[in-house]
Amino acid sequence: MNYGIILSAYILSSILFILSLGGLSHQETARRGNVYGIIGMAIAIIATLLSDQVGNYGLIIACMLVGGTIGAWVASRVEMTAMPELVAILHSFVGLAAVLVGFATYIDPDIHFTGVEKTIHDVEIYLGVLIGAVTFTGSVIAFGKLSGRIGSRALILPARHWLNLANLLICIWLGYVFLGAGSTIEGIWPLLVMTVLALIFGVHMVMAIGGADMPVVISMLNSYSGWAAAATGFMLSNDLLIVTGALVGSSGAILSYIMCRAMNRKFVSVIMGGFGTTSAGGPDAGGEQGEVVPISAEDTSELLGNVDSLVIVPGYGMAVAHAQHPVSDLTRKLRDKGVNVRFGIHPVAGRMPGHMNVLLAEAKVPYDIVLEMDEINKDLPQTDAVMVIGANDIVNPSAIDEPDSPIAGMPVLEVWNAKTVIVMKRSMASGYAGVENPLFFKENTRMLFGDAKDSVDTIVSNLP
Amino acid sequence: MKIGIPREIQASERRVACTPDETRKLIKLGHEVLVETNAGQAAGFSDNEYAEAGASIIDDTTDLWQQAELVCKVRAPQMHESLGKTETELLGEGKILIALLAPAQSGALLDEIAGRKATAMAMEAIPRISRAQKMDVLSSMANIAGYRAVIEAGQHFGRFFTGQITAAGKVPPAKVMIIGAGVAGLAAIGTAVSLGAIVRAFDTRPEVKEQIESMNAEFLELDFEEEGSGEGGYAKVMSEEFIKAEMALFAEQAREVDIIITTALIPGKPAPKLITREMVDSMKSGSVIVDLAAEQGGNCELTEPDQVVRHNGVTIVGYTDFPSRMASQSSQLYATNVRHLLTDLTPEKDGVLNVDMEDEVIRSATVVKDGEVTWPPPPVKLSAAPQARSKPEEPPVEEPRNRTLSTVVGMAVAGIAILAMGSVAPASFMNHFIVFVLACFVGWQVIWNVTPALHTPLMSVTNAISGIIVIGALLQVASPGWIGVTLAVISVTIASINIAGGFLVTQRMLKMFQK
Repeated sequence: MNYGIILSAYILSSILFILSLGGLSHQETARRGNVYGIIGMAIAIIATLLSDQVGNYGLIIACMLVGGTIGAWVASRVEMTAMPELVAILHSFVGLAAVLVGFATYIDPDIHFTGVEKTIHDVEIYLGVLIGAVTFTGSVIAFGKLSGRIGSRALILPARHWLNLANLLICIWLGYVFLGAGSTIEGIWPLLVMTVLALIFGVHMVMAIGGADMPVVISMLNSYSGWAAAATGFMLSNDLLIVTGALVGSSGAILSYIMCRAMNRKFVSVIMGGFGTTSAGGPDAGGEQGEVVPISAEDTSELLGNVDSLVIVPGYGMAVAHAQHPVSDLTRKLRDKGVNVRFGIHPVAGRMPGHMNVLLAEAKVPYDIVLEMDEINKDLPQTDAVMVIGANDIVNPSAIDEPDSPIAGMPVLEVWNAKTVIVMKRSMASGYAGVENPLFFKENTRMLFGDAKDSVDTIVSNLP
Repeated sequence: MKIGIPREIQASERRVACTPDETRKLIKLGHEVLVETNAGQAAGFSDNEYAEAGASIIDDTTDLWQQAELVCKVRAPQMHESLGKTETELLGEGKILIALLAPAQSGALLDEIAGRKATAMAMEAIPRISRAQKMDVLSSMANIAGYRAVIEAGQHFGRFFTGQITAAGKVPPAKVMIIGAGVAGLAAIGTAVSLGAIVRAFDTRPEVKEQIESMNAEFLELDFEEEGSGEGGYAKVMSEEFIKAEMALFAEQAREVDIIITTALIPGKPAPKLITREMVDSMKSGSVIVDLAAEQGGNCELTEPDQVVRHNGVTIVGYTDFPSRMASQSSQLYATNVRHLLTDLTPEKDGVLNVDMEDEVIRSATVVKDGEVTWPPPPVKLSAAPQARSKPEEPPVEEPRNRTLSTVVGMAVAGIAILAMGSVAPASFMNHFIVFVLACFVGWQVIWNVTPALHTPLMSVTNAISGIIVIGALLQVASPGWIGVTLAVISVTIASINIAGGFLVTQRMLKMFQK
């Protein structure tokens, strides 16, 4: 097929991808956006298949069928609470593919460059493989942590910063060796060694990051997978890959930025990891905190029977307990009675950006009552009751009141301004940040201990 | 330990120190509960209910005081007419008495108890710190008094509280002024507001302004700066100028409002006189004043304790027993407060009392310990009021300039870097680089518009489109050499998982978002 036609197909795909991401700005246009993405992808693949360089169709179609079937099967089976894991493992595939394509390109005997062009091409391969490898293992570890196969506590090796620095210096030196290599056989060794080091670096980086920072990690890996695709685009001189990689890369970067801002943390300090392990200086962890007032699920029903407005603040605990469906039932029942029920979502609630929204949508909670932190905070003083379900750090008043607190300055949902706050929690353990939560000891706070799903079920069945 | 609940002696006292519900909870703490016959009758709790809860009913007063090791009462010990001796005399050596003892005003009584070599705890001496809120009987009684004050006012007020426009004509809403926004004041505000009245409230402590406004009442402000918060969250005596300004405000309000409820008290001092005879004279006929400070002399000049007086058509209610007028409710709250104190006193829940004088709350409440007067306690320094903020933070003036500067520097560095790259890189690379940079900018613009609720679908859709890496692999499947083909085949497969999985799961998620 004519090279010009293929290029125009690529332009079309690029535009469709941009429209696809643009469509996600509103719920109404989001599904159309996804369809644009599918069409764009189809055009790109078909155009590529029709180009003269591609042969061996049988093998290609077989591979795509196998891959597509696995993907479709996973997509239809995955539980919404497990979305973060799925996203993480999909990131790892992009990283792995980037590594493999990089190697395949390097050993491809058909490609011959000389002089500066060869150097640039080699740099592209080197970078593509490096980013791809970090993305791959980083995402695999993130997947392990999110699915509970690996403990979510931050693993802090002694002198880890030095290890990373040494790793980086060796990679740079290997790159120098790689660029100076005269033949493919000579160059493959530095490339392989670097790949191993990058894989180790990916593992180490994510292992050192605690559970609460997962939203940042996921968005960051999202970004890396984009940059890996872009680097592959450079090495193949393929603009479509470059455009797509850049789109995905900046998307992930913005998400990381938003997540960091929501936790009032610097991106660098998240990447350096170790949050939640160094909070020994937390203010009076054992000091006079007052006493918690427990409440039973039955009493909660009674209380909810008498309110006019309720704000529900879900956190990761709701996802863990799979409580989104009973919560939705509760919402429906109360709304039928004329109670103004709304949801307040903190940007980092859950383990990935937008996690809570997806869970609530799955349980058929109408999205126009699901509000963001800034929208709901100003209404909280006029709210009769707030139900906090499995959230902790995002409703911690010390972020505002205690300048010494490790989470000081982080924007939080100011639930304590409501008349009554019901906190559903399994125990009095502190959140991922490892900070005591004075909210539990406030006068207008009632603690409802127990599994969130069971509690909400009991509340629903006892509603007057 | 045996806990005795005697019947209150004072004729107007209807409360009782323990309810059947609380009896059950005390028994759970390992105690035994003895209740005098008809102790709860005036508050609506029959002997049978106590017996069902597990208490032993005892007919004889002397018997009860002898058997009980700890006696819980509402009122301070008094003369028992039929027995001919005071309750203090009934209190045996080494026993404990818990009641409202008003320790600051009753030094003689404390000496008397000390003479009996007993221990006494005054419920009102419990410090007002957050840990002890559950035993704060002053608050729980004040809450009832505030509520009841509005109800009493309604009793004597001939009109609706709420404004109405009816076929029979227009009814203006009642205007209520509440002086002192402590617990009683706030309870009164809440009650009056919920009845539909227009409520204004005054307090010398500026930090309660927010609380008043949060209850939908208007805060009457003085054009005068003076901090009125004393130790422990109470009000203190104000300067003369302040009082002058305050009185002018009250005089002005008195002409306008229909109901005045005063709750102004300064601990250990007679109540300040805030409503003068002239002010009462200036009030509309049919107005009502409820003076919750009547016991301490009253906030109104014309108040007569325990009496309802009428002056020029204005009714002045001077009851001193508002909580007792809602005996069932107030007994319940009082009993709960007492039980919380007993819970702290029996840390092991084994019925063994431990009067731990190291514990701040217990230390403060204990006014006589084993025959020694321990009043007053060392001060507890914890005010409920927030510390005065030193100053609002300086607005960051320097920052914008710095930011502009850093932006300029950043752009300059980026520009130089690109120029440097362009000087060595071949044109073909620069072409791709232009595409790359522009795509980053497009992405930047587009992604900021994505609504936070769709961040998860955004990630899964970017996952899917980064599967575009498949076209790189497709080009290599036909390459010579089995290693290259193997690598390409694996890449195509996993990238396909990404494409199919990413798009389908996005589709599935988006389908769920519904209005």
